[in-house]
Amino acid sequence: MRTRLYLIRKEFIKIFRNKFIGRAIFGVPIIQMLILVPAVTFEIKNINLCIIDKDMSSESRELISQLEGSTFFKIKYFTFSETEANDLLHSNKCNLILQIPSDFGKDIVTGRPGRLLVSANAINAATAQLSWAYLNGVIRDYNMNILVKNVGTQASASIPQIQITNRYWYNEMLNYKYYMLPGILGILVTAIGFLLAGLNLVREKEIGTIEQINVTPIRKYHFIIAKMVPFLLIGLVDLALGLVLGKLAFNIPFEGSIALLFLCSAIFMVAVLGLALFISTFSSSQQQFMFVAFFFMIIFILMSGVFTPLESMPLWAQKIDVINPLAYLMRINRMVMLKGSTIHDIARDIYSLIVIAIVFTTFAVSRYRKTA
Amino acid sequence: MKKTVISVKNLVKKFGSFTANDNLNFEVYEGEIFGFLGANGAGKTTALRILSGLSSPTSGEVIVAGYNAKKDPEKIKKNIGYMCQKFSLYSDLTIRENIMLYGGIYGMPKTLIIKRTEDLLDKLSFHEYSDRLIADLPLGLKQKLAFSVAVFHEPKIVFLDEPTGGVDPITRRQFWEMIYETANRGITVFVTTHYMDEAEYCNRVSIMSEGKIVAIDTPAKLKEQYGAKTVEEVFIKIARPDNRPHPLPSPSRLSGRGGNWVGIE
Repeated sequence: MRTRLYLIRKEFIKIFRNKFIGRAIFGVPIIQMLILVPAVTFEIKNINLCIIDKDMSSESRELISQLEGSTFFKIKYFTFSETEANDLLHSNKCNLILQIPSDFGKDIVTGRPGRLLVSANAINAATAQLSWAYLNGVIRDYNMNILVKNVGTQASASIPQIQITNRYWYNEMLNYKYYMLPGILGILVTAIGFLLAGLNLVREKEIGTIEQINVTPIRKYHFIIAKMVPFLLIGLVDLALGLVLGKLAFNIPFEGSIALLFLCSAIFMVAVLGLALFISTFSSSQQQFMFVAFFFMIIFILMSGVFTPLESMPLWAQKIDVINPLAYLMRINRMVMLKGSTIHDIARDIYSLIVIAIVFTTFAVSRYRKTA
Repeated sequence: MKKTVISVKNLVKKFGSFTANDNLNFEVYEGEIFGFLGANGAGKTTALRILSGLSSPTSGEVIVAGYNAKKDPEKIKKNIGYMCQKFSLYSDLTIRENIMLYGGIYGMPKTLIIKRTEDLLDKLSFHEYSDRLIADLPLGLKQKLAFSVAVFHEPKIVFLDEPTGGVDPITRRQFWEMIYETANRGITVFVTTHYMDEAEYCNRVSIMSEGKIVAIDTPAKLKEQYGAKTVEEVFIKIARPDNRPHPLPSPSRLSGRGGNWVGIE
């Protein structure tokens, strides 16, 4: 135990004596939280709409005025030329074209189904789908109005219809900041664990100090533990910092147990540190380490479900995620913070994280060679 | 009867097709200063790394402080001290912090660490530097410190890999005084060097050339045997005979561990 304390003390001194790292450890989380949380959002506002109204009837004008009333749309252009509208779409000046054919009003009045043509810029498929969904909502409302007008309020009330009332559980306002923040916290601790610890070990190889350590009777796992503990603690301090910022800057709700969140993050960090140290045992330069570490980090982050739902990934990709510690942490963070899940609700995820942590750490300890 | 603390039989170390140590045989006795001489790239460092448990022999039997280097390198490490060719204490730690760290790693009790640290700082007159970062020290002081740390835990044997490379003559002299003092305490000193004047200070020397030991005896006997005035003459006669061609080392040899390459920090 004492040997480990000496080693851990050494690591802390080295970290904080390095002016850049000492500052970055606290600067990075603050900047990341303040920039990423509000910036990374799927919410789409201000969809630029171009309308080709070939009908110019009272019906078409009513539809347009309903669109104008919606917060999602901004009617940027009116035109009668399809070519001009297409040009606008091509040059990215509008995201969506709504074409109202010339017999739209007549069709509605005579009781035939009215037709509309919508073209969307689907370079970003998610944006296109969402704008389409918003537009659909406005048209549905418009449809209801026609129904009411044509058959009269009384009669329309007697037509049986299904009323859908939405309630978005765990994030009632669909505030994307609430959704992103737990994810960004996960990315934060990943970056600290992965990069700092791994680089630290490779640096010892580069400058040769590890040689003097390897010639001592120090135990391999003592050495690995001593490399883990400081970064584990720094990661948890950064997590605390991130949570406080989240509360102060974004008033993020915290439904569950803070202790549980820290426990899970600690287990997660052991897993990530284990992998980082494992990679650094076979890297001989910081450059090599960065290349491999970056590869893993990108995969872990993009496949973690922080930006895209895990359920929409192909099945084989979901299977790969079994070894992605960040996927578990994302789920845990969101469940604990937004849903108030207890340790029983997330027991399976915690067990998985523990297994990954043990496996990666064992890899690191066994791959670290004191005798070449 | 002299007690053997290092016994090497038929030691071979290969890196791929390159043989760095080609069938070495020698013994080192307790309390002696054993000089391990050889030209750059002769395989000194490779052998030293095997003796100190940092590298595993390809074949042969190596016993250091009673333990087999292939089977029990960690047990050897408990009983030895080692000073790298390249300075490898933590330069972002102070002198005191480095000493305490290594004392702690070797499991010395805290009171003993503190006491010996003070003694050491006294002896080296390092008190004014003790809380300075090692990075700021001149090379001579760094080397003295590295040696002191290597013997801080009172090992049975200390391995020094070109400890005086690049230091001035006065510091070299002081360094050898420290080596003598250590040997007088009963610690066996195994030192590699290519300064032949230093070889004169050793009890016995071995001379390596191209992976083989070509001579081993006391400096006096070697000089007598080769009819030379100094060990340097002996060295030039046997390690680099004039009639032998000197081809440039092949690239594989340059990257081998035997090379005398100094890293740039």
